[in-house]
Amino acid sequence: MTKKILIVDDEPNIVMSLEYTFKKQGFEVFIARDGSEALELLKHHIPNVILLDIMMPNVDGYQTLSLIKESESLKHIKVVFLTAKNKASDIEKGLKLGADKYLTKPFSVKKIVSEILELVT
Amino acid sequence: MNSYAVIIIIIIYLAMLFYIAFLAEKKRQSKWVNNPYVYTLSLAVYCSAWTYYGSVGIAANSGIDFLPIYLGPVIAAPLWIVLLRKIIRISKHHKISSIADFISLRYGNNRFLGALVTIICLFGTLPYISLQLKAVSETFEILSGENSYISTTVIDDSTFYIALLLAIFAAFFGTQNTDASEKHKGIVATVALESMLKLIFFLVIGIYITFFLFDGTSDIYEKVSITENFKALTTFGEVEAGFNWFFMIALSFMVVFLLPRQFQVAVLENNREKHLKKAIWLFPLYLLLFNIFVIFIAWAGKLTFGSTENAEYYTLLLPLEHGNTFLATLVFLGGFSAVISMVVVSTLALSTMVSNNLVIPYGFLDKFIKNQPERNSKYIKAIRRVSIFTIIITAYFFYVLFSKALSLYSIGLISFVIIAQLAPSFFIGLYWNRGSSKGAIIGMIVGFFVALYTLVLPFTLESYLGTDDFRQYGLMGIEALKPYALFGIDFLSPPAHAFFWSITFNLFSYLMFSLLSKGNYRERNYAEMFVDSKNFTKLQDSALVWKGEAYVSDIKNVLARFLGDQRATRALKIFFTKYKLSQDTQLADARLINFSERLLTGSIGSASAKILIASVVKEEQISLVEVLKILEESKENIVSNKMLLEKSNELSQLTSRLKEANEELISKDRQKDEFLDTVAHELKTPITGIRAATEVILDDEDMPKEIKAQFLKNILEDSDRLGRLIHNILDFEKLETGGLQLDLKHQDIQKTIGKAISSISHIAAKKEVQIINNNVHSFKVSYEEDRILQVLTNLLSNAIKFCEAKTGKIIVDYKLGNDRLEISVSDNGKGILEEDFLYIFDKFYQSQDQNTRKPEGSGLGLAITKQIVEKHNGKIWAKKDIKIGATLVFTIPFK
Repeated sequence: MTKKILIVDDEPNIVMSLEYTFKKQGFEVFIARDGSEALELLKHHIPNVILLDIMMPNVDGYQTLSLIKESESLKHIKVVFLTAKNKASDIEKGLKLGADKYLTKPFSVKKIVSEILELVT
Repeated sequence: MNSYAVIIIIIIYLAMLFYIAFLAEKKRQSKWVNNPYVYTLSLAVYCSAWTYYGSVGIAANSGIDFLPIYLGPVIAAPLWIVLLRKIIRISKHHKISSIADFISLRYGNNRFLGALVTIICLFGTLPYISLQLKAVSETFEILSGENSYISTTVIDDSTFYIALLLAIFAAFFGTQNTDASEKHKGIVATVALESMLKLIFFLVIGIYITFFLFDGTSDIYEKVSITENFKALTTFGEVEAGFNWFFMIALSFMVVFLLPRQFQVAVLENNREKHLKKAIWLFPLYLLLFNIFVIFIAWAGKLTFGSTENAEYYTLLLPLEHGNTFLATLVFLGGFSAVISMVVVSTLALSTMVSNNLVIPYGFLDKFIKNQPERNSKYIKAIRRVSIFTIIITAYFFYVLFSKALSLYSIGLISFVIIAQLAPSFFIGLYWNRGSSKGAIIGMIVGFFVALYTLVLPFTLESYLGTDDFRQYGLMGIEALKPYALFGIDFLSPPAHAFFWSITFNLFSYLMFSLLSKGNYRERNYAEMFVDSKNFTKLQDSALVWKGEAYVSDIKNVLARFLGDQRATRALKIFFTKYKLSQDTQLADARLINFSERLLTGSIGSASAKILIASVVKEEQISLVEVLKILEESKENIVSNKMLLEKSNELSQLTSRLKEANEELISKDRQKDEFLDTVAHELKTPITGIRAATEVILDDEDMPKEIKAQFLKNILEDSDRLGRLIHNILDFEKLETGGLQLDLKHQDIQKTIGKAISSISHIAAKKEVQIINNNVHSFKVSYEEDRILQVLTNLLSNAIKFCEAKTGKIIVDYKLGNDRLEISVSDNGKGILEEDFLYIFDKFYQSQDQNTRKPEGSGLGLAITKQIVEKHNGKIWAKKDIKIGATLVFTIPFK
C-alpha cells in the first residue's frame, strides 16, 4: 500500500524539494500552506505521517498538533515537526504536545526521508 | 373600696412589673427592649406624680401656670440632637455612670466636685421622692375611703411597705452589674410601660370627665366662665407674670438635662444615638397629650366641689363622686406608675452617685485595695443596695416628718431650683474649656446656699415656727435681704425669684473663679476632651501633657482587684494590641493610665478610679515651662517628621523610576531575544530552501531538465532573499542604534516622488496597477533623498503587493501643514485589519490574515521606513476609518 504524507509549510521552495523527494520514494504527497489548510485537508485524507512546520500564518504548528490530538479520528497519525525553531524549550513543548519527532531546519533531505521511513514502516 | 382590695391590686401590679423587668433583662438584645419608642417613653419618667396630680392642682388654683414646666423640655427637645448627642458620646466613651461622674470628670476627676454634685442631687431629689410617697399615701387613702387616716406608727402605714417594695425592685434590677455604666434594660422597660399606662389612664379620665360628666370642653368653659375670679386664672398677667414664665421655662429647660433620673434614662440608658431623632418630636408630643385635659379636669373639679382644697386629686375624686370605682382605680394605678418610675429611676441614679462619688472615694478605697476581686464586686453591689434602701427610707421619713404640710407643686419646684445649680458647670463646661473645677465648686455652693436662703428657709421656718417674720422683714430686719424679694426684686413668684438669684450668683462665681484660676494640666486635658468631643479619643490617647512613672504590673494589680485577674489580663492584652506595643511592656504610658482609669470608672466612678490609679503612679506636676518644652519638642518632631516624609516620598519616587527603567530594560532584552530569534528563523528559511534543492539535484542525476531548472531558479530566489535580508538587517541595525548620520539637503519633494514612482513602475506595470501622482507642485524641504526614496518605494511596493491585479489603483499625494509636509500613499487593496494598526511598523510583524502567498520582503520594510521617518523628526501612521484600501501617511517637518 502506498504511504501517504502531508507536508505543512508556508515556504514553497522548501515544500517543493520535499515533495519531489517523497514522491520519488513512492509516497502519495499532500501539501498545505498552513494549519488551517492542513486541517481542512485532513477531513478528506488520512495520511500516515505529517511533516509540520511551526511558524506559519493563521494556525501555527503547535495549534495544529493540539487540534489533531484532540480528534479521535486523527490522533493516531504520526506527526513530525520540521522547523527552524531549535531552542530546547521549543523542542520540549513540541514533544509534550505529542509529536513523534522534532527535526530542525536546515535539514538533510536524506535524513528526513530515513526518519520518516523509520516511523511508517 | 376596701383597703385590702387596693393592696391586692397594688401587689398584682407590682408583680407584673417585676415580671416585665425580668423578661426584659433576660432578652436584653430583643428589639422590644431596644427601640426608639421605649427610649422616648422612658424619657417620660419626667412626668412624675407631680404632673399626674399636681398640674391639676395648679390649674385649679392659678390657671395655666402649670404649663411652663412642660414648655422648657419642649424647647429643649430639638437641641438634643446636638447637645444630648455630645453628652451621650462623652459618657459612653468614658463609661460615665451618673451626672456626678460626668461633672467631676469634666473638671479633671475632681473627687470633691463629684461628692458635691451628689449632695446637691440628694438635697434636690430626696424631698422629691418623699413627695411621690406622699402622693401614693394620699391617693391610697382616698381610694380606700379611709379619709385623712394617717397612721401613727410606721408599722401600720401601707406607704412604708410600698416604699420597701420599690426599694427591693430598684435594688434587684439596679445592681445586676458592678459596672454602673451598664444598661438597666429591665428598669427601662418597666418605665416605658408605665409611661404608656399613665398617659392612657390620664387621657381616659380626661375624656370621661370632659365628655361624660360634662358636655365637652365648651360646656365646661361656659359654666366655669361665670364663676368669680375666672378671668385672673385664664389670662396672662402683667409683665411680672411674663418674667415668671420666662424663668420657669428656663428652669425646666435646664432640669430636663440635669435631673438625676433624666440623665439616667436619656444619657446612660441610651442604646443608640439615632433613637434621639425619634425622641425629639415624640417626647414633646407626649407632653402635649398629657396636658390636653389638665385645665378641663381642674375646672370640672372646681364646678363639682366648689372649693379647691383637694384640687390635686380631682382626677380621683371626680369618678369616685360619681360612683365609678373602676375608673378611680385606673387613675390610681396611673399615678402609682408615675410614682414607681420616678422613685425607682431616681433611687437608682442616686445610689450610683452615693456609692461611686461619696462612699467609695471617701471611705472604702483603702479597703478595696487590700481586698480580693470577688469581694470587691460584692462590696460595691452591697454599697449600692444599702444606698437604695437608705435613700428610700430616708425619703419616707422625710415625708412623715415634713412634707405632709406641703403641696406637691411646691416641693417639686424646690427640687428643680436646687438641681438647677448644676447648670452652669454642666452646660458651660461642655463648650468652654476655661471653666475650672474651682469655679464649678464655688458656683455650686454659692448657688445652693442662695437657693436655701430664698426658698427653703422661709418656707420651712414658716411651716414649723408658724411665724412669717423672716419672710416679712428679712434677715435681721434688713430690707434688701428679704428672702422673697432679695435686693428689692419683689415681683417674681418665690420659685422664680429663688431660681433667678441662685443661678445668677452661681453663674458669676463660676465665671469669675474660672477666669481667676486656671485648672491644673489634668483638668485642662479633660476640659479639652469634653469641649472638643469630636477629637476626644485622639486627645485622650495622645495625652501629651503627662509626666510620671508607673509600672504595668502595678496597674494590672489594681485592675485585677475590680475586674478579676482574667478580665484585667485580657483588657491589657487588647490595649497592647491596639497600640502595637509589646505584650511584656514594663513601663506604663499616659495612654495606659487613661485606659485603666476608664476601665474602672464604670465600677467605682471616675474620681475613685483616678485616685486608685494614682496610688500606683508616681505622677509629677508639670510646670508651665515643661509643658511649653514638651509642646516645642513635639513641634520639632512634626517638622522633622515632615522632612522625613518628603525624603521618603523622594525615595519611593526614585524606586518607582528605577523599577520602570528596569522593566524597560527587561522588555528591551526580551525584544532583542525575539528579534534575534526571528532573524535566525528568517535567515534559516532561504538557507533551508537552498540546501534542500541542492541536495535533491545532486542526488538525482536522472532529474528531468525543466524540474532541475525550477530547482535552480528556486536556489537563485532564495539566495537573493538571503542577500536582501542581510542588507536590511544591517540597515535596520544602523538606523536603530543611531549610527546613521543623515545627509540633509534642501530639495524638491515632487522630484523625489517622481523618482520613486518610476523606479517601481515596472513592478506596477507587471500587475497592471495604476499609480497616480496627485500633487504636481514642487515644494522644497530638507531631507536625505536616498532615504526618503527608500520610504516611498517601500510604501509603494507594499501598496502594489496588497492591490488586486488590474483593478489596483494607488494615489500618492502631499499637502502642507502648519510646520510639516504630509505625504500619503493610498491604495484600494484589501486594507489593514483593525487589530494590525498598532503593529504594522513592528519588525517582522506579519498579519494573521494572509491568504496570499507569503509576501516577499524581509519583514523589516515598514520598520525601517518608520526609523527613517523618525530620523527626520517626522511621524508615520496608517490612517484609520478608511473605507476602501489603506492609506499610509508620513510627515517631514520644515526646518
